[in-house]
Amino acid sequence: MGKLFAVAVIVITLISVSFFVMHTWWMPVDISTTGPAIDHQLEETMTGSGLLFLAGQLVLGLFVWQASNKNPARKIKMFPGGASPLVAAAIILVGIEILTLTFVGTKAWGAVNLAPAAADSLHIDVQAEQFAFYFRYAGPDGQFGGLHPDKIDDGSGNYFGLDPANDVAARDDVVVGSLVIPVNRPILLSLHSKDVGHSFYVPELRIQQDFVPGIEIPVHFTATQTGKFEIVCTQLCGLGHYNMKAYLQVMSEPDYEQWLKSQEGQ
Amino acid sequence: MHETSASHAAHQHTAPTSFIRKHVFSLDHKVIGKQYYGLALLAVFIGMGLSWLMRLHLGWPAWPIPLLDKLSAVGAPSGVMTPEYYLSLMTMHGTIMVFFVLTNAPFAAFGNYFLPIQIGAEDMAFPRFNMMSFWTTFMAFLVMMAAFFVTDGPPISGWTAYAPLSAVGGDAGPGLKVGQTLWAISIAIFCIGSLLGALNFIATTLDLRTKGMSLARMPYCSWAWFVTSVIALLAFAVLLPACILLILDRTAGTSFFIPAGLVLSDKLQPHSGGSPLLWQHLFWFFGHPEVYIAILPSIGIVCHILPVFARKPLLGPRATVGCMIAIGFLSYMVWGHHMFVSGMNPFSATLFSVPTLFITVPATILTLLLLGSVYGAKMRFTSASLFCLGFISVFISGGISGFFLAQPSIDIYLHATYFVVAHFHFVMAVASLFGVFAGTYFWFPKMTGRMMNEALGKLHFWLTFIGVYAIFMPMHYLGLAGNVRRYSAFVDDYLIPLIPVHKFITIAALLTGAAQFIFLFNLIWSRFKGPIASENPWEATSLEWSTATPPPFDNFGGKHMVVYNGPNEYGVESRDGKDFIMQTSPEKAPAS
Amino acid sequence: MRMKFFAALGFTVAMGSALMVFATPPPAGSGSITGKVTYTGTPMKMKPIDMSKEPSCAKQHATPITTENVATGQGNTLEWVVVYISAGDEGTTTPSQGVRYDQKGCQYLPHVLTMLAGQQLQIYNDDQTSHNIHPLAKVNQEWNKSQPPGSPPIDTKWDKPEFIAVKCNIHPWMHGYFAVLKTSHVSVTGEDGTFDIKGLAPGKYTVTAWQEQYGTKTQDVTVGAGAATANFVFTATPY
Repeated sequence: MGKLFAVAVIVITLISVSFFVMHTWWMPVDISTTGPAIDHQLEETMTGSGLLFLAGQLVLGLFVWQASNKNPARKIKMFPGGASPLVAAAIILVGIEILTLTFVGTKAWGAVNLAPAAADSLHIDVQAEQFAFYFRYAGPDGQFGGLHPDKIDDGSGNYFGLDPANDVAARDDVVVGSLVIPVNRPILLSLHSKDVGHSFYVPELRIQQDFVPGIEIPVHFTATQTGKFEIVCTQLCGLGHYNMKAYLQVMSEPDYEQWLKSQEGQ
Repeated sequence: MHETSASHAAHQHTAPTSFIRKHVFSLDHKVIGKQYYGLALLAVFIGMGLSWLMRLHLGWPAWPIPLLDKLSAVGAPSGVMTPEYYLSLMTMHGTIMVFFVLTNAPFAAFGNYFLPIQIGAEDMAFPRFNMMSFWTTFMAFLVMMAAFFVTDGPPISGWTAYAPLSAVGGDAGPGLKVGQTLWAISIAIFCIGSLLGALNFIATTLDLRTKGMSLARMPYCSWAWFVTSVIALLAFAVLLPACILLILDRTAGTSFFIPAGLVLSDKLQPHSGGSPLLWQHLFWFFGHPEVYIAILPSIGIVCHILPVFARKPLLGPRATVGCMIAIGFLSYMVWGHHMFVSGMNPFSATLFSVPTLFITVPATILTLLLLGSVYGAKMRFTSASLFCLGFISVFISGGISGFFLAQPSIDIYLHATYFVVAHFHFVMAVASLFGVFAGTYFWFPKMTGRMMNEALGKLHFWLTFIGVYAIFMPMHYLGLAGNVRRYSAFVDDYLIPLIPVHKFITIAALLTGAAQFIFLFNLIWSRFKGPIASENPWEATSLEWSTATPPPFDNFGGKHMVVYNGPNEYGVESRDGKDFIMQTSPEKAPAS
Repeated sequence: MRMKFFAALGFTVAMGSALMVFATPPPAGSGSITGKVTYTGTPMKMKPIDMSKEPSCAKQHATPITTENVATGQGNTLEWVVVYISAGDEGTTTPSQGVRYDQKGCQYLPHVLTMLAGQQLQIYNDDQTSHNIHPLAKVNQEWNKSQPPGSPPIDTKWDKPEFIAVKCNIHPWMHGYFAVLKTSHVSVTGEDGTFDIKGLAPGKYTVTAWQEQYGTKTQDVTVGAGAATANFVFTATPY
């Protein structure tokens, strides 16, 4: 029985590890400037903890194999050196690993969340609601209109709660259901939610940030590749959560300008 | 001192004679422990049934599930479940499993039955509180079940019940009216029961230890139950007011968790001034320690059982207890790691990340000590010991993924994906349940007087062990591919290619779930037909094996136990030619 | 292919049953009220709807549909205005046949559906995606139900007269109205802004025109043997 256990643990471990090593299922291609640091961090962690995983399971298998020896003359053996070396090894090795991960990882985190957005960022306003995202561009005047929750009306397409009757800046705001951005230009999003908590997740951008009702949260990134990607909601927001999504279209600068013009005309 | 208080407890009540006082409203900690176990057993099969329905829907969303429309005509018209019904099942699965299974089984059930016996007491310090804590918990369970039958449907906001979704009421969608209120009430009641239980455990451990039972001689699972009850006392004391505030937001028009200017169902909500993040802080201040409430007792149970079957002492007993205390202490400094992307100040992410990573130090030490205890053992392979070894394996698997999620930078990508689902199921749910299974196979003889069937037990182990890896290991891959959790269907372009993996997981879950009926059958069959158990069938040292099987009403038949040794005296040569020395044996254990 | 067939069938049936309601034989009389609903001023622009998040719906529309809260036609006409007899109409009985409401291409068809209080209402999901029907009733009992693709129609009715906004919680752009009335003498304006209330006995009536954005306007009309005329003019604002 013990030998069977040892074999089972080792087989399970090797199968599990092989899919990680082969990258059968893996992160999608990275399209942001801050993504590579995160990928690097993840791969370092994968290597380090993968080795720990492998070592832990294999040692367990080995020890159980040995412990299943039925020879009646065999005496039990204590672990050489007792507990103290193990405790010391765990504190030192894991401690070093932790400090390294924290030190390196804080940089990757900081680039996304602590560094301020570039001054020349393209500012886009995002409204999340059950169960869609809407995006707002300032329009030709470069000014966003104010937000008035009491003016929100999905039926007339006023998802943000603009008040064009009294607010001139709001009149030319462009509101669309897809996020269209130029490539290689810093983007600054202001996230706010109309109703409950939502989240803005673009796997390719390595960006995930919750929307919190009542506060406005900035998110900045720069996309490095053109293409069409999905923005999905990752914070449980109600029955349509699974279907809450929008498309991110990264365009060349001229294409973007043209698109924006066509929207402003409407 | 100890002796006086122990006899004081004994005089609090005498053996009851009526059926009701004996089996229903019993003050006997052993009956209460079995009641907790029975409740957890009922809950775990309900929770498992819910997960079957969820998995079926995720694998084959368009297939009508037979009879589901009879269960809920609104939730599953013609058998295909609506998105909100999926979320209801998910919410109820999480809530039932975390509260009524993972908190009840390893902690309240086994703790109640064995803590007093292991420390040589005749009952808990407050038997009446003890009875109250069970029946309060039972009431919480009934209220939670009632949520299945309200017209608007069961709650859909997940076991974490994030505000404002959970706070604003029916305007946020179906399942958020009466069902959500019942959820909050049930959890509040559950908190009261757990607080009573935790106080009782602490008082019992500190005051009722018998002569010679110093803290250093306490068995490791008693230590784990003691540390857990301290954690529980502080954790549930925060969740209880949080639930009360939530109930007030829902019913009394307050705005603790709801800010101004929210528009739901085209209606401007009449609230202002609240903070959704406040709920998250309060919930996770409870929620993270709760993870340790679920896992620490099982760690203790494994540390208790493994040496019995390894026939050698646990390596580093002091370090083991130290690690449990360290984990309990650190568990209060890390709640923010659930909130890295929540919108709280990004500087605090680093602050929460460091202690989170530091928890891996005591966790690693515990794992290494368990591995070191297996080294050189003369292992007896029983159902109980197999589940202990399985525990080590799944604890490693689940712990390793914690390295990823503890880092804010990686959490940006992996947060709210199936990677998280895999992580907490392995380290909290499966590991904890493996401890419960080990405990059941180990203690069943003492609790019922009969042995369980070993062949069925081993079959149960193999199917479960391979099954949980087949279910939860692929979830890591899904998470790496960015598969978001809590989706009732996968309609996104990048998720559609992952559906075959979900089908595989569904099949594995159905089979693994089916294997649990072997366990259930074994429990019931052995209860009546199992071979009669002796006083100490496993040749173990602790006090529960120094009394009759099953123990008499006052645990030791009027004897006052005196303890001379620690629980760790295995692999020695005793005077009567055995390889262990009982805690109650006056024989002095040779210095190791 | 099959879906298209059913969708087409559904649409035909929907239009058919909608017509049937408007054509319900009145209790008595051959008089009628006809007229046109128009606006003065500048109405707000209808905005194109971006359905890209639901590709199975988006591909059903060659050009994006627009919001319909102020739907206009040539010559300043207003579409989707409910014109009905609000006083002077006696003795309407509830017809046995129900009305049908369709969700197709992530749009409510028709945008405004009239029915009698107590009349059966069947709601169909003709799409490949789950819909959620959430009538924001204030006088009647509000409810909120999801309808996965392929599930049976939701069978319901409204007890009291009310204009009920209907929204889909999954697709926030989906907005429509149930006009629950106590009269079957009702007509909804088409794109040309005209309406025709038939089957009226001679007498004095109060006629009300309801537009979702602009509210109601009423006038008294005396009906003889033939067609009486009543025109309504709403004041439009650009925002």
